[in-house]
Amino acid sequence: MSVVIEARDVEFAFGQTSALRGASVAVEAGEILAVMGPSGSGKSTLLHCLAGILVPDSGEILFDGARVHAMAETERSSLRRDRFGFVFQFGQLVPELTAVENVALPLLLSGVHRKQALPRARAWFTRLGLDGLEHRRSGELSGGQAQRVALARGLVAEPQVLFADEPTGALDSLTGEQVMDLLVGAAREQGTTVILVTHEPRIAAYADREVMVRDGRVNAPDRIAS
Amino acid sequence: MSVPLTLLGLLEREPSHGYDLKRDYDAFFGRGKPLPFGQVYSTLSRLARDGKVVISDVAPGSGPDRKRYIITDVGATEVEQWLTQPVDPEPHLQTVLFAKVVLALMLDRPAAEYLDTQRSAHLHRMRELTEIKRAGSLVDALLADHGLYHLEADLRWIEMTGARLDALRKEVRP
Repeated sequence: MSVVIEARDVEFAFGQTSALRGASVAVEAGEILAVMGPSGSGKSTLLHCLAGILVPDSGEILFDGARVHAMAETERSSLRRDRFGFVFQFGQLVPELTAVENVALPLLLSGVHRKQALPRARAWFTRLGLDGLEHRRSGELSGGQAQRVALARGLVAEPQVLFADEPTGALDSLTGEQVMDLLVGAAREQGTTVILVTHEPRIAAYADREVMVRDGRVNAPDRIAS
Repeated sequence: MSVPLTLLGLLEREPSHGYDLKRDYDAFFGRGKPLPFGQVYSTLSRLARDGKVVISDVAPGSGPDRKRYIITDVGATEVEQWLTQPVDPEPHLQTVLFAKVVLALMLDRPAAEYLDTQRSAHLHRMRELTEIKRAGSLVDALLADHGLYHLEADLRWIEMTGARLDALRKEVRP
């Protein structure tokens, strides 16, 4: 398999506070990578740099051969909209929209007509066991339901890379594992690469491999032969 | 896993032949390590000798497996006691890992690297168990969860120890 996204010697500081100090990681196409590490280790900052949300102070971010770190904001914005998907700890659904409109949102923003976008969004409700919840608003969904809607929204546009930052952090153990099971199943089915930030080993165990971020550097353990 | 008590427990559901007991044991508790027939029958003989089961009848038909076993009151009481008593919390206190870390620090070896390697091995096993859980039945998932939670507890210990290595080094290398 080939590397689809990569950070090379990335440094990033929030003011005087250094968050990444020469972080490097390469993720293969279709791989599910868990990024682990204690609070404040820099794992979310690394994810944000890889996703083109933050621009590194130095170092490189490469996606599919393109130099993300050198792109203008509009170009990075298109990349995030068209090629990447996102799921965060709290679903961050738009409260004014129904669940199905929330899922369709990335398609609508990419210019897909509503008539095509909504049926594509609805198909995810069956896939993720959300039938009947299409017209509810976020306030009328349980935490697990809202996170599954957020997952559908992250995957509906069939992104090349899904960035998931503590996607089960606000859920109880059983609901969290159900969400992970669906996330991994759907990602494998459509060949999506997943970069999963988590501090929970049981969630990281859904990934193909893990890297540890400590003090702003990535420590990738030697692979253990299966 | 206590084979005699598990077989007794299976017999409390209903009187059974040795073959049926072996089949159910393997399905629910064997987990890739089937119970040999010899062990089934020797266990049942001992249970009969100790008055925990009786042989009710010898069914007509061919084959060696014609005896039907029934649990006695003594056997049922033992199952009841076993089920209601808590299992001893494992008191091993991470002996091997603990010894490795302390020795590594005493010998000025890279204890943090050893812990990283151990973490990686634990996560590798957790991935295997997660796959079993995803692909298997609810019984498989329950068993896998038991292993996963134990491994997770070890990992927490590894994290805590990793964070305390500097302090521990001062204590074991004064």
